[in-house]
Amino acid sequence: MSTAAASVAPVRQGSAEPEVDAQASAPAPRGPRRGRTDWRKRAEILLLAGPAVGVFVFFVIVPVLMAAFYGFFRWNGFGAPTDFVGLQNYVTILGDSTFRDAVAHNLFIVVASLALQGPLAVLFALLLNQRIRGRSIIRVLIFVPYVISEVVVGTGWSLMLQDRGAVNDLLSSVGLDALRNSWIADPQIALWTLMVIITWKYIGFAVILMLAGLQSIPDELYEAASIDGASFWQMQRSITLPLLGPTIRIWAFLSIIGSLQLFDLVNIIWGQYVSATAGTSTMATYMYLNGHMAGSYGYGNAVAVVLFIISLAIALGYQRFVLRRDTEGALTGMAGSSTKEPRP
Amino acid sequence: MTTSILPARPALRRPNRRVAAWGSPVVYLCSIVLIAICMGPVIYIILGGFRTNSQITTSPSGFPSPWVATNYLEVLASGSFWQTMGNSAVVGIATAVGVVALGLMASFVLARYEFVGNGAMYALFAAGLMFPVTVAITPLYLLVRNLGLTNTLAGVILPQIAFALPVTIIILVPFLRAIPVELEEAAAIDGASRLGFFFRMVVPLSLPGVITTGILAFVGSWNGYMLPLFILNDPNLYTLPLGVQNFSSQYSVDTARVMAFTALSTVPALVFFSIFERRIVGGLTGAIKG
Repeated sequence: MSTAAASVAPVRQGSAEPEVDAQASAPAPRGPRRGRTDWRKRAEILLLAGPAVGVFVFFVIVPVLMAAFYGFFRWNGFGAPTDFVGLQNYVTILGDSTFRDAVAHNLFIVVASLALQGPLAVLFALLLNQRIRGRSIIRVLIFVPYVISEVVVGTGWSLMLQDRGAVNDLLSSVGLDALRNSWIADPQIALWTLMVIITWKYIGFAVILMLAGLQSIPDELYEAASIDGASFWQMQRSITLPLLGPTIRIWAFLSIIGSLQLFDLVNIIWGQYVSATAGTSTMATYMYLNGHMAGSYGYGNAVAVVLFIISLAIALGYQRFVLRRDTEGALTGMAGSSTKEPRP
Repeated sequence: MTTSILPARPALRRPNRRVAAWGSPVVYLCSIVLIAICMGPVIYIILGGFRTNSQITTSPSGFPSPWVATNYLEVLASGSFWQTMGNSAVVGIATAVGVVALGLMASFVLARYEFVGNGAMYALFAAGLMFPVTVAITPLYLLVRNLGLTNTLAGVILPQIAFALPVTIIILVPFLRAIPVELEEAAAIDGASRLGFFFRMVVPLSLPGVITTGILAFVGSWNGYMLPLFILNDPNLYTLPLGVQNFSSQYSVDTARVMAFTALSTVPALVFFSIFERRIVGGLTGAIKG
């Protein structure tokens, strides 16, 4: 191990300040063994990071590039694609009113998720942030819907929401017969039914994030405010909400991305054929039905590209205009170095 | 536990925790309503499994009377339930182990090595966070098919590892950065190479982060629906979500049994979650707030 000590030395000074940008702290005392340690360092980096980068690129990046290529063909998925159709698939997609409906449903779900879950999650987090007995068990229980799978949620809710199911029965038994509905089949309300289920499923995640955000707000601020005579609501408005801002914005980002990609719940509850007539289809269910199920892989890949571009555009726009104030380095900001921790 | 790993977190709350007072009745009332809403449908499914179909038909929202255990017993006695459970366990464990191993090594590089491209590599994984499997599923299916891995569990496991890497890396990098430099210096003085330091010091020290990310990957895999839906056609290879869906369409008239099957399929994820709840929440906290 004679080379070990020598090889560690020049690298170590770098890791003393791991937060510092790579280029900023480049100059180092260069010994005669520099070439050798550089080589060794490169080999270590390759050995340690290579497998992860390889798997990630192969299964995440390559498929996206493949989709861009296949999207130009009419192709049933077997053999090499030969029937080049240029932009025809994209023209068909954008001209298809069922796809435009699906996009409209997605956008509705994005907006409704933010409007329903955001305020509720902040309220619940404020409620559960009180230091009371039984707090941890309460937290576990409200997180349960988030932990159980979409299939279970979908199966359970669709049983409850059947015309002769538990929800309608419950409404009758409390004398609200007028409110009985066919919650799943009626296109007038199916999308709202979906919103209720989505809110129920994912609110726990939002609450947990908000709680985490609340915990990082120093108690001293509230103590100082209460000495100055601020009321509870004044404190929430002037201390909690501004300092919770970064958490809310990150949550909103995750929520938007999730809403755009929604597939599981819709496909489980409505099935691939009913969702369009019930008015709950999404871009992803459209892609599944018209690509995979129909065996039109050229077309399905073109839908994937459209879905990707819409998601990317919204994600980048959000990064650019909303998250920018929280983080310096756009994409990497989500990792959250301590720099964006609110400093009192 | 997070307090010990993430130095940014103030540790002043600890002493207060133990002497938490009873809150005001309003807080408890709101909490109970909230819990009832969250747990209601879950309890409905569990209780539904203890009823008969005729009970469910005559009174869809009633309680079991009398309680019958036959639905649960029949599901537990059926081979298909255990087979799907076994498939899910294999896929979940392999995914968790794979993603933790690859993620930890890559995170070590990102946290502790300086090289041109470090930032770009981090951005690559962070960008992956924005794109769940939905976006890539159609071409991914073709890719897996070209590899001859459709209808194999490996065809589910490998893509799942790839798609779980971003979250894992984003959570683990701050953990590894928090390991004091002095430890690395001491290890170097004792003659350990950087790889030696990684295997002897970093792996044990990052155990809390490893458990968090492992559990997240396992639960994500356990609940995963879309990828198995595309990759697996053979009912013998179905994971639990596909099994539940298959079961509920196969026995659509036998509602009680469907509920029993559904309820049982959630048990492992719930048990895992309740054991590691603190760690998962702590990990999320670390990821979002750093």
